[in-house]
Amino acid sequence: MTQVKEKERKLTIARAMAEAIAQEMRTDEKVFVMGEDIGELGGVFGNTRGLYKEFGPVRVRDTPISETAFIGAAVGAASDGMKPVVELMFVDFFGVCFDAIYNMMAKNTYFSGGNVTVPMVLMTSTGGGYSDAGQHSQCVHATFAHLPGMKVVAPSNAYDAKGMMVAAIRDPNPVVFMFHKALQGMGWLGTEKDAIVHVPEADYEVPLGKAVVTRPGTDVTIVGITSGVHYGLKAARILEEQGVSAEVLDLRSLVPLDRDAVIESVKKTGRLIVVDEDYHSYGMTGEIIATVVEAGVPLKAAPQRVAYPDIPIPFTPPMEQWALPSPEKIIEAFNKMKEV
Amino acid sequence: MIPSQEQEKWMYKHMLISRFFEEAIEKIYMEGKSPAFNMANGPIPGEMHLSNGQEPCAVGVCAHLNAEDIVTSTHRPHHVAIAKGVDLKGMAAEIFGKTTGLSGGRGGHMHIFDPAVNFSCSGIIGQSVGPAVGAALSRVMQQKSGIAVAYLGEGAANQGAFHEALNMAGVWKLPVIFIIEDNSWGISVSKRASTAVERNSDRAASYGMPGEFIPGNDPVEIFKTVGLAVDRARSGLGPTLIEIETSRLAGHFMGDGEAYRPAGEKEALMKVDPIPVMKARLTDVYNWSDEDDAELVSDAHRVVDEAIKFARDSEYPAPEEAMEKVFV
Repeated sequence: MTQVKEKERKLTIARAMAEAIAQEMRTDEKVFVMGEDIGELGGVFGNTRGLYKEFGPVRVRDTPISETAFIGAAVGAASDGMKPVVELMFVDFFGVCFDAIYNMMAKNTYFSGGNVTVPMVLMTSTGGGYSDAGQHSQCVHATFAHLPGMKVVAPSNAYDAKGMMVAAIRDPNPVVFMFHKALQGMGWLGTEKDAIVHVPEADYEVPLGKAVVTRPGTDVTIVGITSGVHYGLKAARILEEQGVSAEVLDLRSLVPLDRDAVIESVKKTGRLIVVDEDYHSYGMTGEIIATVVEAGVPLKAAPQRVAYPDIPIPFTPPMEQWALPSPEKIIEAFNKMKEV
Repeated sequence: MIPSQEQEKWMYKHMLISRFFEEAIEKIYMEGKSPAFNMANGPIPGEMHLSNGQEPCAVGVCAHLNAEDIVTSTHRPHHVAIAKGVDLKGMAAEIFGKTTGLSGGRGGHMHIFDPAVNFSCSGIIGQSVGPAVGAALSRVMQQKSGIAVAYLGEGAANQGAFHEALNMAGVWKLPVIFIIEDNSWGISVSKRASTAVERNSDRAASYGMPGEFIPGNDPVEIFKTVGLAVDRARSGLGPTLIEIETSRLAGHFMGDGEAYRPAGEKEALMKVDPIPVMKARLTDVYNWSDEDDAELVSDAHRVVDEAIKFARDSEYPAPEEAMEKVFV
C-alpha cells in the first residue's frame, strides 16, 4: 500500500514568518509592514525577506530609528482599518517605546469599550546565548504577558511560526509575536535543527492560546516556550535513556494562557518542571506553578523551575552559558524531585 | 482663508457649548468633595482637566474638519471633542462613569473615543502624535480621503514622541497637522523654564515642514492659518506644525491651587477671555444683537443640560462587566 505524502518542505522560522506575512499581504491589501531594516534588507533576522521585492516600499516601509513613532503610528493605522505588522528589532528596545505599546496599543480597545479595535502585530526578537549581553539578549516574556490587553505568543518551530503569524495578522486584537533569535535559522546566530520543520505551502492558522504536547510522556511534565521547549526536548531524550518518560508541553502562547493543557498534563504525570529563558522571579515559571497549585492538582513532588537568574545578562561566554537554562539543569531539577 | 458669518457663528456656538459644559462639570465635580477634597468622591471622581480658555484652539481647527477626518487629543480633551462633534451625551455619561458612556465607563474623561467622528484622546503626554501620523498614513495607503490632526500641549513638545513622529510625518509627507495648544504651563512649570526655544513652531524646520505661530487666542486667526494647513494636507503637500497661543483659565486639574502663577496673571487672562471677545467681534462685524446672542446661549445651555441630565439619569455598569472588552 502506498501513501500519498506531501513533499517535505523544511523551513526556518525566519522563512516561515516571511511566507505567512507574504500570503496575508497577497489576500488582504490592508496588511503592511513597518520597522527598521525590514525593507530591502529583509529584516535583520530574515523574517521579512522577499517582501520588499514583491510588495514595494509603500507596503513594506523602512522607518526611521523611531520606535515610539512607528509603533504609535501602527496604533493609529490599525484603528483606522489597516493591519500593520511592525517590528521592534530587539525586544530589549521596548524601553524607548513602551507607552505606545502598553498604554496605547494594549488599552485603546478597552478604553473605547470595544468600539475601537487595534488589529496589529508587533513582532520582536528575543533571547541570547551568543554573547550580545544584556541589552540585546533578553526574553522579557513576562514583562509583556503581565500587562493586560495584548496577546503574547512565541513559537518554537517553523510550523507554528507560520500558522501563528497568520492567526496573529487575522486577529482583531494586538498581538506581540516574539521570535527567539537562536531559533530563527540564521546561521550566524547558531541553528537549532529542531526548529526547522516541515511547513505546508498553503496558508493555515495555528490558534493563539493553545498549547501543544510536543512529546508525550508519563513521569514528568516539562513546560516551556520558545527556547525552553528545545531545552526540554533535549532533556527528555536524556531522561528517556534513564528510563524516565518526560512529557514536553509547548505553551506557544503566554496570553491567552492555556492553563487547561498544563493542568491536564500534570494531572497525568504528577511532576512539573517549568523552563524559561526569561528571568526567574515574577515570571512565567511562577505563573505556571501557581496555576497547577491553585487547581489543586495532586503532585508527587514540589514543582521546579529552570529560568534565567535575576541578573543582567553578562557578555563573557563562560558567564552567559552558565546562566542560561540547559538540559542538564532540567535533569538536575528532576533529580531533586526524585529525592523528595 | 476668511471664515464666513455662518462659520464664525458655528465657532462661537461651540465655544459656548464647551464653556457651559466645563462649567457644569466643574460644579458637579465638587459635589461630595467638601469639606474634605477627596478626588475619589462625588458623581465625577478622578482627575479633571478643564479646557476653559482653550476653546479657540478647538473651534478654529475643527471648523475645517469633517466627521471622516481624524483627531487625536490630550488629557484635556473636552473642548476639542465638542468641536469635533463627539456625541455629547455619550461623553458626559462616560465622564460620570455610566453604562451609557461612549466606552461604558471604562475610559472616563481622559480616554474619550468616538469612532463615529474619528475622535480619540490619551492621558499620556505626547501619545496623541504617533497615532495621528499612522491614521494619516492609513488614509494615504487606502487612498481614502480625510486628514489627521494631533493636538498636544506645549509641554508635550519636549517629549521624544513628538520629535520622532514629526520627523516621520515629514519624511513621508503625510496629511497630518500638529496643533500645539500653548497655554504656557505644564502643570506648575512654565514654558519659559522648560523649553529652550521661544517658539515651538520653529521646531518645524527640523522636520521639513512649515511651522506657524498664531498669537492672541483668536478663533478667527486660528481659522485662517489652519485653513491653509488643511488645504496643504488635503492636496498632498504634507504636514504642518501650528503653535497656538492660548490660555488656561482653570488650574491644571481641579483642586490645583495655582500658587505658582505670578500675581495678576489669571486676572489679566480673564480680561481677555476668548468668549466675550468673540461675542464682541460678532457684534462689531456682524451687528450681532443681544437677542441673537441670547438665542445661541440658550441653545448651548439646552444641549449641555440635556447631556448632563442624560449622564446623571443613566445607570452605572455592573461591576463585573469590567472583565469584558479587554479583547474583542
